Amino acid sequence: MANMNLYSRGDKWFVIANMVLVGLFTIATLYPFLYIAAVSFSSGFAAAAGTVVLTPVNFTIAAYERVLSEPEFWRSYANTFIYTFGGTAVSLLIIIPGAYALSRPQLIGRRFWNLFVAFTMWFNAGLIPFFLNMRDLGLLDSYFGIIIGFALNAFNIILLRNFFESIPSSFEEAARMDGANEFQVLWKVYVPLSKPAIATITLFCIVARWNGFFWAMVLLQSEDKIPLQVYLRQLIAELSDDEEFTSTLISAAYSVETVTAAIIVCSIIPVLLIYPWVQKYFNKGILLGGVKE
Amino acid sequence: MSQQEHIGPSTEELVVEAREALRDRTRRRAARLGDHFKREWQIYVLLLPTILWFALFLYKPMYGLQIAFKDYSIFRGIDGSPWIGFEHFRTLFENDQFLRAIRNTVIISFFTLLFGFPAPIILALMFNEILNQTYKRAAQTIVYLPHFISTVIIAGIVITAFSPSAGIVNTVLEWLGMDPVYFLTKPEWFRPIFIGSGIWQEAGFQSIVYLAAIAGVNPSLYESAVVDGASRWQMVWKVTLPSILPTIIIMLIIRIGNLLEVGFELIILLYQPATYETADVINTFIYRQGLQQGQYDLAAAAGLFNAVVAFVLVMTANTISKRVSRTSLW
Repeated sequence: MANMNLYSRGDKWFVIANMVLVGLFTIATLYPFLYIAAVSFSSGFAAAAGTVVLTPVNFTIAAYERVLSEPEFWRSYANTFIYTFGGTAVSLLIIIPGAYALSRPQLIGRRFWNLFVAFTMWFNAGLIPFFLNMRDLGLLDSYFGIIIGFALNAFNIILLRNFFESIPSSFEEAARMDGANEFQVLWKVYVPLSKPAIATITLFCIVARWNGFFWAMVLLQSEDKIPLQVYLRQLIAELSDDEEFTSTLISAAYSVETVTAAIIVCSIIPVLLIYPWVQKYFNKGILLGGVKE
Repeated sequence: MSQQEHIGPSTEELVVEAREALRDRTRRRAARLGDHFKREWQIYVLLLPTILWFALFLYKPMYGLQIAFKDYSIFRGIDGSPWIGFEHFRTLFENDQFLRAIRNTVIISFFTLLFGFPAPIILALMFNEILNQTYKRAAQTIVYLPHFISTVIIAGIVITAFSPSAGIVNTVLEWLGMDPVYFLTKPEWFRPIFIGSGIWQEAGFQSIVYLAAIAGVNPSLYESAVVDGASRWQMVWKVTLPSILPTIIIMLIIRIGNLLEVGFELIILLYQPATYETADVINTFIYRQGLQQGQYDLAAAAGLFNAVVAFVLVMTANTISKRVSRTSLW
């Protein structure tokens, strides 16, 4: 944290040039979002002709009407909520007790169990064996498969375990005197004290679930089970593969471009809504456990 | 032979004694273990779901990796399929597509490292030089945002922006009097677009680590630099950068450890047969061969190759990291 008066030397040009450069990078980051929003509110013709730059051209909500009238859109949106909140709940239900157990000094084979978890960060069987395993477990094309199959990862457990380990044991002594068992110590002492760490992990889970598409695309066959991102991908595939299809829609009020842009906007809105809360936590949280094994 | 006088107990006696002692100890240990489990069973109950999950979803697939050495058929299953040794690996290393995938993986990783690694460092240094806290916070809020956006959306934005007829990039080219380019079908454009969108998405968020390191720099270093008449520019180079060097080195080592993890999900969304030449990496090759064409055994062999190289990289990086963090951080 540099002190203000350190800057008040003759380095004005430096400070200004720096502000301008940061401003440019910020605009470059923001611009694609504004562009997509502008496309989503433009007419199909304007979008296909490439006339949209920053603001909507021939403002219309036709693309949104089209998207919102699509039952598949709502279905996939609902599915994304199921996967996100169901998945996050299952993750926390397993991670919190697991991380707590791994942090206990009296656990026999503690080093081994910790290595058992950490090793998976270094070595992974890969896509194919994972897929075949899911198939053998009968978890293809099922809500449950998506929710349970991606519930844990070593990083989140280690992060929370490190946090639990950093809590002085004096906190639990009072509870122990009152005859609390492990479940009660975890629930009444450790969980309340670990709110920032748990919030961080919750956030990681929610973001990963909300954005996850690869395994949903691979494992789910039924159209009525796919999440929003897979639905969006199908549209994008049309957009990039089928040039002709795009051009046939040029005269329409909406085009594949504007419809895709509208879905992108709909998919980003929930992220923007929780973003302020997210920001509050990740600054502290991400550095909490570090990458220490 | 046996005329030797015994001074102490015979060997047999010693063995018997030792055995009894051992049995005693085992018995005591078992009793203690029994007590332990009786007292602490709750911890094991809490641990069980985690261990089961790792066994079932991450270790069981490792057992399934053996199909890399088998002529796998779905009907015979993993155990029933016959062993064929290194046949798949031989096939792979005679396959031009696989060799191309290795080459592309290395090239894309290298350029991602070259351009993607310094970006967050530069960004953090720049953020640190901003006086106006409101401006700084607003800029940070915006540049962190893409990290939280789905790969599919990133791909959607890229495809829309680079579209030949509708995209903004070609609109701008047209203003400049240039011919439109269908970027996503041009092999020579794939890597710049892929690496650029990676930087766009992650540089901001990754700068957090460096900002935290900068926050820890001893302020007296700046004060003495001021006394020496250093300019802001000189302070960045002579104070801030050297002070965060340990963090930079650690992050570099971690990155090298994850070198093979090119973002294949984004590649799958962005590439097409016309750009396979420069875009196809090991993981996308595995995806196509295995999950799309059903050649599970061959794809698993490619995956095993990938995993082993990655493992060696991570372990090397870890070892170096431990050594470096001990000598240069403390």
